[in-house]
Amino acid sequence: MTLDITGWVCPLPLRDSPTIVMGHGGGGAMSAELIHHLFLPALAPAAGATQVLADLGDSAVVGVAGMRLAMSTDSYVVRPMFFPGGSIGDLAVNGTVNDIAMSGAAPLYLTAGFILEEGTAVEVVGRVAEAMGVAARTAGVTVVTGDTKVVDAGHGDGVYVTTAGVGFVPAGVDIGPSRARPGDVVIVSGAIGMHGIAVMSVRDGLEFESQIRSDTAALHGLVAAMIEPDDDGVRPGVRVLRDPTRGGLAASLNEIAAASGVGVDVVERSVPVPAHVANACGFLGLDPWYVANEGKLVAFVAPEDAADVLERMRAHPLGAEAAVIGECVEEHPGMVVAHTAFGATRVVDLPIGEQLPRIC
Amino acid sequence: MKYLEEFSDPELAARLLDDIRATVTRPWALMEVCGGQTHSIIRHGIDQLLPEQIEMIHGPGCPVCVTPLEIIDKALEIASRPGVIFCSFGDMLRVPGSGRDLFRVKSAGADVRVVYSPLDALNLARDNPDRQVVFFGIGFETTAPPNAMTVYQAKRQGIENFSLLVSHVRVPPAIRAIMESPSCRVQGFLAAGHVCSVMGTAEYPELAERYRVPIVVTGFEPLDILEGIRRTVRQLEAGRHELENAYPRAVPAEGNPAARAMLADVFEVTDRAWRGIGVIPGSGWRLSQAYRDYDAECRFDVGDMHTAESATCRSGEVLQGLIKPHECEAFGTECTPRNPLGATMVSSEGACAAYYSYRRLATPTVRAGASPRVPAGV
Repeated sequence: MTLDITGWVCPLPLRDSPTIVMGHGGGGAMSAELIHHLFLPALAPAAGATQVLADLGDSAVVGVAGMRLAMSTDSYVVRPMFFPGGSIGDLAVNGTVNDIAMSGAAPLYLTAGFILEEGTAVEVVGRVAEAMGVAARTAGVTVVTGDTKVVDAGHGDGVYVTTAGVGFVPAGVDIGPSRARPGDVVIVSGAIGMHGIAVMSVRDGLEFESQIRSDTAALHGLVAAMIEPDDDGVRPGVRVLRDPTRGGLAASLNEIAAASGVGVDVVERSVPVPAHVANACGFLGLDPWYVANEGKLVAFVAPEDAADVLERMRAHPLGAEAAVIGECVEEHPGMVVAHTAFGATRVVDLPIGEQLPRIC
Repeated sequence: MKYLEEFSDPELAARLLDDIRATVTRPWALMEVCGGQTHSIIRHGIDQLLPEQIEMIHGPGCPVCVTPLEIIDKALEIASRPGVIFCSFGDMLRVPGSGRDLFRVKSAGADVRVVYSPLDALNLARDNPDRQVVFFGIGFETTAPPNAMTVYQAKRQGIENFSLLVSHVRVPPAIRAIMESPSCRVQGFLAAGHVCSVMGTAEYPELAERYRVPIVVTGFEPLDILEGIRRTVRQLEAGRHELENAYPRAVPAEGNPAARAMLADVFEVTDRAWRGIGVIPGSGWRLSQAYRDYDAECRFDVGDMHTAESATCRSGEVLQGLIKPHECEAFGTECTPRNPLGATMVSSEGACAAYYSYRRLATPTVRAGASPRVPAGV
């Protein structure tokens, strides 16, 4: 069947690019446009079926025989494949585990699909697979099925990995991108920008000396600690969880503001940015709020539970540097506003495509 | 690198603002020349904090913004040719030419590469002797020396498959053009610190004297900008019009002699069109006779391409400080960073993009203590 593009039910057409450009993969406005105008209409469920895809969570929560399962899938194309602090193998496991954890679920099983380019050294594939095995065992998840395809030389770039995962959502957990309410407190689990800068520090043509290592880590243990019931069996009011990967903190905050219809106010100076990240961003002309993370989460928490959740996070090794960075407000719904160190304000926009290093 | 933190100190900023408030008695219109300064002013909200009498007019100092449509179209044409590797700094890729940009050309199969240093492009030429490697040499006096270096090295090393598409521009002739415009409202300039770190300050006393405007060489961090504004306002209030250097940690009076020697060897001054403004006499550089063989316009025979600018886009008026970005009818509607009509909406240093990114909030209320609440005990 050919796709009839004239029949698309789009409020706006895919305006100006008849071909895929790199920005469509940047996790910003162009990615969102592709999803809303192409994938969501094309993949819509049959009439009457439950609409889950359109929730656009990091993972989808589906009911199966009275249980709630979280499912997610992600493809990994990072270049170079090995970087300070991790590799494509670590990301392939931790990234999907984290997407499942952002529903408050306990990740259980993963699948692994490999697209290998003809001519790639077997040793390289072995290193990627080994890294995945170590990461899965560390995270306590099991890879239960997989697939391997080889493409002609020049039709791939070494190794691409796709993983999917499934996890179990405990009773009483209700976390999703549209649950934020005015008054909710916004907490980030630690320093931002490390993964993106670590990868850039070894990218071809851009090598620079850096002490920054990727923060890749599986976050489900941290999430479990945040939502564990207290002695009275009551879970803290964690409303939204997001791991700010592509597009960084700025994209995650914008997505949640839009999905929940709330404004988000952030105190610029309260966002933890390591000096090395700030300096690297300074000379590359990048904004750390838009740089990818692979081991951090953003939580929107009911105000009465914020202090408790922050304490729980700081007691966990992956949340030791957790910080309150702002709050949800009724004003400017769908928009993120930063309060600068000097007492002024600015809008924090969704990135358009990829961040482009400035000329000078 | 410690300067980044030190020159963003809110307490020192408050003191500088107090001094500015205590000094100013009348309305003044100041222009920050460089797009990097515009970006910093809007990002940190400095213009929201200044006394009402001080208006910041955003100048034409964004290299992406002022590159004429014609040169972009030439770049798109050259990049589309078979066998070409077209290299550019990242933020030129989204600048619209007539109907396309470099991203689209890349998506259609052209070999367009983002490089971080112009010398990377020269290395590509050395590594790909059967390909033609072209570097898009745009920008002010800041980017011109490293771009000149590529051609200098290409000639010395006999790398003949390398060429430069040149659209370099110079700040002092632009200041002259702004001051001689009949609608000019600018009463003082924050000169672009990094331009002066290359060229030195010798070109500016004559401009300050002839047009009776204070010119203060200014850096890019929030405190640098506030200090530049403070010194300019002090001069204006005292009726002085001199060159001052408020960025001495980066700008010696003589600039960078090695870089200037490289520029003098590789380039010669030429008239240059600025996007949205028009031709400014003596405001650009082209390759000098000795290096003309490395001129991509000649090599790819695109010298005769001529294109017209969008009729709707008022970036020229924005670049001359005649209107603020949001006063353009197309701002935020027809023209957004996603679908820019003009280059000022593309680069993060462009005034329109800075306003769009940071200033769409209808009423950016600034109140003391208006920061979001942080729960007690946290």
